[in-house]
Amino acid sequence: MWALVMASAVLLRAAVALAGRFPALAGVDLVVAPGEVVVLEGPNGAGKTSLLRACAGLLPITAGDAEVLGFDLRRDRVGVRREVGFLGHDAALYDDLTVVENVRFAVRAGAAGGRRARAASVEAGVDAALERLGLIGRLRRTPAGRLSAGQRRRVALAVVVARRPALWLLDEPHAAFDAGARAVLDDVVREAAAAGAAVILASHEPHASSPLADRIVSMVGGRVSADHPAARSDGGASDALGNDTLEIGASGGDEVSVLSPTAAPTMVAPTLGSGGLHVA
Amino acid sequence: MWRDGALVAGKDLRIEARSRVVLNQVAPFGLVVLVLFAFALGPSPAPLTNAAPGLFWVSVLFATVLAVQRSVAVESSEARDGLRLSGLDPAGVFLGKTLAVAAELAALEVILAVGVVLFYGVVVHSLWALVAACVAGTLGLAAAGTLYGALAGGLRVRETLLPFLLLPVVAPVLVAGTRAWQSALGSGGGTGGSGDPWLRLLCVFAAVYLALGVVIFGPLQEAS
Repeated sequence: MWALVMASAVLLRAAVALAGRFPALAGVDLVVAPGEVVVLEGPNGAGKTSLLRACAGLLPITAGDAEVLGFDLRRDRVGVRREVGFLGHDAALYDDLTVVENVRFAVRAGAAGGRRARAASVEAGVDAALERLGLIGRLRRTPAGRLSAGQRRRVALAVVVARRPALWLLDEPHAAFDAGARAVLDDVVREAAAAGAAVILASHEPHASSPLADRIVSMVGGRVSADHPAARSDGGASDALGNDTLEIGASGGDEVSVLSPTAAPTMVAPTLGSGGLHVA
Repeated sequence: MWRDGALVAGKDLRIEARSRVVLNQVAPFGLVVLVLFAFALGPSPAPLTNAAPGLFWVSVLFATVLAVQRSVAVESSEARDGLRLSGLDPAGVFLGKTLAVAAELAALEVILAVGVVLFYGVVVHSLWALVAACVAGTLGLAAAGTLYGALAGGLRVRETLLPFLLLPVVAPVLVAGTRAWQSALGSGGGTGGSGDPWLRLLCVFAAVYLALGVVIFGPLQEAS
């Protein structure tokens, strides 16, 4: 157990968190190792966002055990915040500051207080993150209040990238992103995990988030209902309950084809006709 | 703590420089208050000269409420989460926001002081006493305002609750500042040197609220 604790980035055991009197987390058990990408899925109100906020120290844990990056959240949920990167539903930007000023402020804030960060290294990190997210040229000098929702999301992600935290907490990260930004997001998540950061990602888009996941954790009613590896050795996919799934697509005519898994079981080619999908 | 404070103060002052809310809204409001009081008191110079110190500090108090509301509004609900997640020392955040509000009030007081001299025709006998009272009073107002702004910040009714909470608390600054100014202007029966006890009261008020804010701003921020 001690070895498990030392090796875990996140260790929750019967963790309870209240939002007012409502149990937003009603006894969550979750272990996330450094370098692991865990996708949280579940219906609205399942507790995905609450779990992320609790790990970030924003939502107090009232019962159970909760240790994040060595910080006991029941004793000190402020100290952990400097070590995590949180991408919430809101971008958390200052509308009157420019893109580069918002990112620079967040990076300097995270680096201040005992850990001296030379100005040059801060600027280099900020510039690299902005360039990675395509926030270059005139966009750098645009006030955040004038950005589109997708652009604001990019800036918020740039803050996380620039801070290089040991734990990434991403709430619906693919939302509001175009295809290009989604590809960049996927790359930075993979790179962060490869560098040893733990990533917890809440998503309503399994087709976007599952390729990133090492594990998929399903939540219902503030509890974990299922926790299983994401990828299967036959390259197939499974849903949260472990059922086989096939991805099919229509090519514009009456015929459909099986898109995944590539090594599908024996199946007669289905046809799409009036009244529905015919399998013969 | 001080480094975090400098970072937050710089951020707030940069936001003010871009938005110019204090310059374009709060300063004109203060001048309008001075002018309206001048109309209310009538054209004779004596009542205006005697009332000038009190009217100055009343204008500063009203402007403080607006400046603090602006400081709280900068941290919108989403930016407030960002500030908490930044990892900044809460005491540093308090000091930074207090310094930013104090700097804005100081600029405002210069404008109001010029207005008082022009509209009310006062003569300054002791400039250092005037400045010292303004510095101590401003720090006290900014510290108390930032603290009560944090208290009211998370509430939906903060716009109406903040003046109700803050104005009674800063009444000592109104009284002491007025007396100190009367001494410095030689008006209202005040004479040179009689303002020293009132200046000390302003300094004590500022010290108390600065210390209080450093200690309890963090828990207030978490609770809001």
